[in-house]
Amino acid sequence: MAEFLQYLVTGVTIGSIYALAALGFAIVYNASHVINFAQGEFIMIGGMATATLTAAGVPLPLAILAGIAGAMLVGVLIAKFAVERARNASVVTLIIITIGASIFLRGLAEVVWGKEFHRLDSFSGNAPLMLGGAVVTTQSLWVLGVTAALILATGLFFNRTMAGKAMLATSHNRLAAQLVGVNVRHVVLAAFALSAALGAMGGAVVAPITYSYTEMGIMLGLKGFAAAALGGLGNGVGAVAGGLIVGIAESLSAGYISSAYKDAVAFVIIVAVLVFMPGGLFGRAGTERV
Amino acid sequence: MLLEITGLDAHYGRIRALSSVDVAVGEGELVAIVGANGAGKTTLLRTLSGVHPASAGTIRFDGGDITRLSAHARVAAGIVQVPEGRQLFGPLSVEDNLRLGAFRRRHRPEEDLGRVYAMFPALGQRRRQPAGTLSGGQQQMVAMGRALMANPRLLLLDEPSMGLAPLLVAEIFKAVQALKEQGTTILLVEQNATAALAIADRAYVLETGSVTLRGTGAALLADEGVRQAYLGL
Repeated sequence: MAEFLQYLVTGVTIGSIYALAALGFAIVYNASHVINFAQGEFIMIGGMATATLTAAGVPLPLAILAGIAGAMLVGVLIAKFAVERARNASVVTLIIITIGASIFLRGLAEVVWGKEFHRLDSFSGNAPLMLGGAVVTTQSLWVLGVTAALILATGLFFNRTMAGKAMLATSHNRLAAQLVGVNVRHVVLAAFALSAALGAMGGAVVAPITYSYTEMGIMLGLKGFAAAALGGLGNGVGAVAGGLIVGIAESLSAGYISSAYKDAVAFVIIVAVLVFMPGGLFGRAGTERV
Repeated sequence: MLLEITGLDAHYGRIRALSSVDVAVGEGELVAIVGANGAGKTTLLRTLSGVHPASAGTIRFDGGDITRLSAHARVAAGIVQVPEGRQLFGPLSVEDNLRLGAFRRRHRPEEDLGRVYAMFPALGQRRRQPAGTLSGGQQQMVAMGRALMANPRLLLLDEPSMGLAPLLVAEIFKAVQALKEQGTTILLVEQNATAALAIADRAYVLETGSVTLRGTGAALLADEGVRQAYLGL
């Protein structure tokens, strides 16, 4: 039982990061129908910037903010110069553009930060807590708390503010959004900035657990995509649930089967979803009446 | 004239949908555009709203050239469209749809919400319901209410009666007439030519992208050619 609880804690922790990445995929997909495979690089930028800046003596909160700001800037640049320019291209072309952007960003990061692993201290000490026989690091609690806060804030933004509702409206009906005066170009830029901020914040809190390195975004991004597909692409609640499910499934299989298969779990889930439930677990309910 | 369109061309790919269209709408007027399916009526409104580019000609609104203005800037200037087929934000609530109509205005829209609910009482009872679950007539009311929330100086109506039962058509046209009496300037596009001409001050007949006839609503209603071609009389 203690063992199971331990795997669960580990799974939920890493699943939180997948959930943030999946939420980023959903937000960008809703605004622009682009599947942004550079999402993982936002996580990497957040992790790397925080680790290297704190190592250089910058206070932690400032380093995190700088990482988020940097990732948002990169997100807006991708939207403006890669995605917007190819507005009329096919979905596949747009996906390939984002893959290209992610490879470019990884290369650039290697030039700036080097190939080695960067360590980041836990935010509040290394003394672990015991929870029913499972060891919970304080950093895990940071990950869970920050993720919960971000998800809540994102939910409030989309359901309570006019700007958030305008973004939702654009995803439901682009023409109508234009006709009520929403600048749909700004919506796309805002979506990339928002998803970059979520990813970078995730990268910063997870860095003390995973270390940060320039390739950390590949797996985190792909698993975030698996989570987004599992939850139903474009569904925010589904993205969060998908992230937690992928994280827990991965952690349990690493514990009970073999950690060698850990990374395979997410991709088995993707294949299973695409074959059996193409709409995802929370595929959009059809409320439209014609 | 509040709106002056001169020599307007619009294309879909290489197909010419509008060719040198001249249309004018004065302050407080209700002007109708009638014509068969595919005559270019919807294209004209899309071009006026800036969601379809003009390939030649000019659109002047309130004295300024808006031919190259972006869609959201035109809404801010007061040109607001109720599009064909309603185009609601289906999963969002009725009230959210209406509030989004006021997106370009920087004030709390409570007063205008009240006015829309007073005009269409059926919507007030369903304000929390997803707009996509409403009946066709109620959806048309949401679409019109959403446009009114923007406080339009020129209201563009695209086929407001399309797909509705005769009783509802009468109700929608009554609402259009009420808006005109309150002083709203309206450009109405309709396939239902009889109903449109009956309430229009002036009207244009559009045929394969060109204006072929123009006159007062009453004159066109009495015109032998129009009666044969569009009214089935």
